[in-house]
Amino acid sequence: MAEDRASPRPVDLETLEVDLLTEAIYQAYGFDFRRYSRASLRRRLRRRMEAEGLATVSALQDRVLHDRACMSRLFADLSVHVSSMFRDPGFYQALRARVVPVLRTYPFVRIWNAGCAGGEETYSIAILLREMGLYDRARIYATDLNPAILHQARSGTFPIAKMQEYTSNYILAGGTRSFSEYYVADAGRVVFQPSLADNIVFAEHNLVTDRSFNEFHVIVCRNVMIYFDRTLQDRVHELFYKSLITFGVLGLGSKESLAATDYRSCYEPIDDTVRLYRKVR
Amino acid sequence: MGHELVVIGASWGGVRALGTVLGALPPTFKPAIAVAQHRGPDAPSGGLADVLSSRTRLPVHEAVDKEPLLAGHVYVAPADYHLLVEWGSLALSTDAPVQYSRPSINVLLESAADAYGPEVIGVILTGASDDGAAGLARIRHRGGVGVVQDPETAERRQMPDAALAAGGALRVLPLDQIAPFLIAVCGPSVVAQ
Repeated sequence: MAEDRASPRPVDLETLEVDLLTEAIYQAYGFDFRRYSRASLRRRLRRRMEAEGLATVSALQDRVLHDRACMSRLFADLSVHVSSMFRDPGFYQALRARVVPVLRTYPFVRIWNAGCAGGEETYSIAILLREMGLYDRARIYATDLNPAILHQARSGTFPIAKMQEYTSNYILAGGTRSFSEYYVADAGRVVFQPSLADNIVFAEHNLVTDRSFNEFHVIVCRNVMIYFDRTLQDRVHELFYKSLITFGVLGLGSKESLAATDYRSCYEPIDDTVRLYRKVR
Repeated sequence: MGHELVVIGASWGGVRALGTVLGALPPTFKPAIAVAQHRGPDAPSGGLADVLSSRTRLPVHEAVDKEPLLAGHVYVAPADYHLLVEWGSLALSTDAPVQYSRPSINVLLESAADAYGPEVIGVILTGASDDGAAGLARIRHRGGVGVVQDPETAERRQMPDAALAAGGALRVLPLDQIAPFLIAVCGPSVVAQ
């Protein structure tokens, strides 16, 4: 193989194909995956190629461009992300202990759960606020780019098989009640109390292409930006910075660091180990 | 073209095996090292990195998303995340477990093969799983080097056996010969001191 030895990296054909595919999807459909993190993107593309019986990314591009249904299937693959209720209980403990007391000083609180997926985080936050007596003067804006998954989130249903894990997380997170009070079981699923969703607004929002839509006291966006490259992460951080009030709180995933972003100096840590930050300038 | 990156997968018995391999590498070792060790989702944050730190002279960190890869540093996949390699940096994912594992060894090795091609060395250590076999095969397919711990020296031999069956191994080595091999293939400069 004639590898270009002057090249700074070992170029492979698939890298080029992925560039072409994401550009084609953007131009044909307006979905912008061009600055998604390459490693995860390639895994997800391969999964779709396997399901479609296709051998190359170029073949996938051909099908995606000529078959809208294939684009829908690929969109579902690329836009899904997985979470669990009270994932990283320490994060919710810190929310209870360090953030809620400050939120009490405001007459009304707006919280943005960006990239809410199936609503696991959203319902966790709703339960926490209710137990802290703050729910009635709070509104949670839960947004995601994937309308199908938002529909799922809106329904407040989760697989019953997950409840053991979620219950244990809830207890570790400092939950003050019995977790099973919040849901009823129904044929392999559980349905959470509809009243938990009274102050939740579910809406489509794409962090890559959409703008800010309000000012928030808290933004929670956990393990969403790990699927973005550094450039796109910086753009989303700009969006969050502009959407937070002064002294507003930003919550990230436990392995996401502000240190590498342009906005690191705008925040101070509330609790660095669970990635809770306060906007200070 | 030198070897820039070593990726290591380990499962049952892996912490001790990792200690043996990393402990025998000199502080001048040049490639970055990324490690996926199977463990439960509730394993304490930073616990594995702390244990390995105590056994090697190389700096060991629990990986943070988009962290740059530095020469001679060891990066450990956090519990309950997949660790992936990009060109020059690390990435994390919370995608569903692969073959019941998160971190998945295949996810790490395949991404390393994608990003680094012939510049990557993959190592499969002890484990009671088939994870890593496909990833090591991909590394070899892209021109990288595959090393498998001799199953006879593994606390659990299933994972080395699976990697051998999948054809990913260039070398099969007893545990205590893996570090010397890495030092040898990564060039004399790494043992300058």
